[in-house]
Amino acid sequence: MQSILAVDDSASMRKMVSFTLTGAGFHVVEAVDGQDALEKAQTHAIDLVLTDQNMPRLDGLGLTRRLREHPKFKNTPILILTTESSDLMKQAGRSAGATGWLVKPFDPGRLIEVIQKVIR
Amino acid sequence: MGEMMNEGHNLGDNIDLSQFYQIFFEEAGENLDQMEQMLLQLDVEQADDEELNAIFRCAHSIKGGGATFGFADVAELTHQMESLLDKLRRHELQPNAAMVDVLLESSDALRLLLARHQGRSTATPPTDALVARIAVLAQGEPEPELVAAPPAAAPAPSAVIAVAIDTPPAAAPATRELEIHIGPLENPSEADCIAELFRDIPGLGEISPLPCDQKDRRIFRALTTASDTDLLDLFTFHVSKEQIQIVDPAAILATQTVAPVAGGEGTAFGFFEGSPGSPPPSAPARPPETGGTPSAGAAPAMAAPKVDARAVPSTAQLESSTLRVSVSKVDQLINLVGELVITQAMLAQKSRELDSTANQPLLAGLADLDRNTRDLQEAVMSIRMIPMSVVFNRFPRMLRDLAGKLGRKVELITHGEATELDKGLIEKITDPLTHLIRNSCDHGIEPPEERLAKGKTEHGTITLSASHQGGSILIEVRDDGKGLSRQKLLQKAREKGMDAPDSLSDPEVWGLILAPGFSTAEVVTDVSGRGVGMDVVKKNIASLGGTVEIDSAEGYGMSVKVRLPLTLAIMDGMTVRVSDEVYILPLSSVIESFQINPKDINTVAQGAQLVKVRDEYMPVIELERVFQVPRFEYNAASPIMVVVEAEGARVALMVDELLGQQQVVIKNLESNYRKVPNISGATILGDGKVALILDTSGLVRRSRH
Repeated sequence: MQSILAVDDSASMRKMVSFTLTGAGFHVVEAVDGQDALEKAQTHAIDLVLTDQNMPRLDGLGLTRRLREHPKFKNTPILILTTESSDLMKQAGRSAGATGWLVKPFDPGRLIEVIQKVIR
Repeated sequence: MGEMMNEGHNLGDNIDLSQFYQIFFEEAGENLDQMEQMLLQLDVEQADDEELNAIFRCAHSIKGGGATFGFADVAELTHQMESLLDKLRRHELQPNAAMVDVLLESSDALRLLLARHQGRSTATPPTDALVARIAVLAQGEPEPELVAAPPAAAPAPSAVIAVAIDTPPAAAPATRELEIHIGPLENPSEADCIAELFRDIPGLGEISPLPCDQKDRRIFRALTTASDTDLLDLFTFHVSKEQIQIVDPAAILATQTVAPVAGGEGTAFGFFEGSPGSPPPSAPARPPETGGTPSAGAAPAMAAPKVDARAVPSTAQLESSTLRVSVSKVDQLINLVGELVITQAMLAQKSRELDSTANQPLLAGLADLDRNTRDLQEAVMSIRMIPMSVVFNRFPRMLRDLAGKLGRKVELITHGEATELDKGLIEKITDPLTHLIRNSCDHGIEPPEERLAKGKTEHGTITLSASHQGGSILIEVRDDGKGLSRQKLLQKAREKGMDAPDSLSDPEVWGLILAPGFSTAEVVTDVSGRGVGMDVVKKNIASLGGTVEIDSAEGYGMSVKVRLPLTLAIMDGMTVRVSDEVYILPLSSVIESFQINPKDINTVAQGAQLVKVRDEYMPVIELERVFQVPRFEYNAASPIMVVVEAEGARVALMVDELLGQQQVVIKNLESNYRKVPNISGATILGDGKVALILDTSGLVRRSRH
């Protein structure tokens, strides 16, 4: 079973994402912010990271940069969930090393669709 | 893959989002609490970046959830709030009091919206007006006096979160946000000199380092009006021209010189071509589509993220180690433990009849059971305990509004927010405390000019504190206002036809304000002083088994101390026997007990009895008469007096025997039977018999008639 690290400081979003992905047959590891995600990433096998952008302690872009520094996550798909879809945001995502972005709000179907495009 | 996708799609579409609503409502409530608290603490003059970020995150989080779960009105209002907060945290605007006000009002409106979505309210808050007001403030304009109609300048709010037109800051129209890449460098610290140089030149702009993956490179973010050539000239002081790359992300995107971003503006998702983990180019990215998910078009440009690993105290951190459980489950647990306590007490009682040598192992086991039950009970009770901060946190806001309305300057200091109190008590103590604080602000604290004239500080101080004291909790509301006037109180009491001789002690005089219908304000305001104040406070607190004490010094302020039992479900009781019946007295109200000679009891007019205790006469209540349980051997023993105190008065209860002290689980008589005078509840004793818990306040009142 493939594992997805779902990072969001909002419990409702985390639950929604986690429920959706579990239902689609993924194993989900939840993290409450970027810092927590870094810690969980070290102890879990992760096939894809789905992270919110705006979070306390460490945001989604920061998390992406830190993960990319790590050989283990060099090629792991990292998707950033964001409410901002401006070009600048996308640019920042690209330079941080993200694989793609997904604009909030999204419906569960869209989420699975996007994830299935990148997960191998 | 196509099939899989379809499957996934259907699966996703079938998910009922309503199952997450409750989590969202709770979370949004917490975010609002947090936001409100931070807004109140916000120093408008010198706002802390971290604070502004945290406030922004609260609004952002509610917006995200609101939009996801389909609460468009919530998302719309939070979106406006977020836009304003975004400008504040990016220093495009300077926070001011009007912004704080409108944000606070918006958070009130959000509470109403959320309550309406939960079906708890039908109120429709004025969100359109708020959206318009925020939009005006976000333009950097002062809020107009009249805000009835949304000004034309405000972007028309559309469904869900839609387009927000982000105007560039008017102050610096030519400011560009640039990324400056420097490297490769043998000694990367050279690059830091560039940043220093940049900062040394007045008016050039701002520069801040961005995280960089490569060790021999440095990336900076610069906000400047200077041209690329000027910047290059400057930087070549330290590094060669070849090592500098000035990137203007906006310009790049305009000319599309960078590899195109799959998906592009306005789509709901996309991948960066060639980025790690991206799908192979053969799999075309989904074309832009407009159905289903609304997208944020030209949303505010995002500031370069500030990666800050400092631990910010946040609920998110705590969240991973907490568990949400419904109150009914906890109550059930408490009930079960209550039953266990009763069973344990019963076993303990039975075991006393056993031979201690022959049954040593059994008795040792029972002793362990006793200890374990007690520990378990304490642990379970602690689940229901919540910190006083839940109540205290609402007061800064209330006081701010109130002080503004009354023209007072007041500072609120709180102590002991971490003191825990039973959830049931917390809910019931909020109103009385609110009333006390209002009173302090309205009647206690003087207007600033009066305070200055008296040589006091312009700001009045209200101190709210909570602490444990023995088996009870003490909450104190103290102010440094004008205090109570003994003369005025006595005069007023006489006007009201109350018996108020000059010989009354100070505590007795202060106690007068707790009498029904007694109000000391010369002017009745809409804030307090409706004349139903303090006596209602006192009654409410008494109904929780608590007491109110007042202390005051004229000209220096007053203090109201509220003493409450730790919990409503279990109390320490003294068991007494009257004839064949066993009664429980709340230990907290028992002052002393002693044996007397029947002839020390004096009967006065109408058969009332008094007993002289240390030169003081105290009314005697014969419980056998109150409860009509006649004793058969009337003169078998000298009666025992138990002195109890309630509502500031003492009475001596005549009982036959003191049986002991024990913790009792209170069973509500009202909900299981009906209200019985002089009885506050019932409990089950170790031997399985029911014992009634005496209502000491009721008995004291009875003695007055």
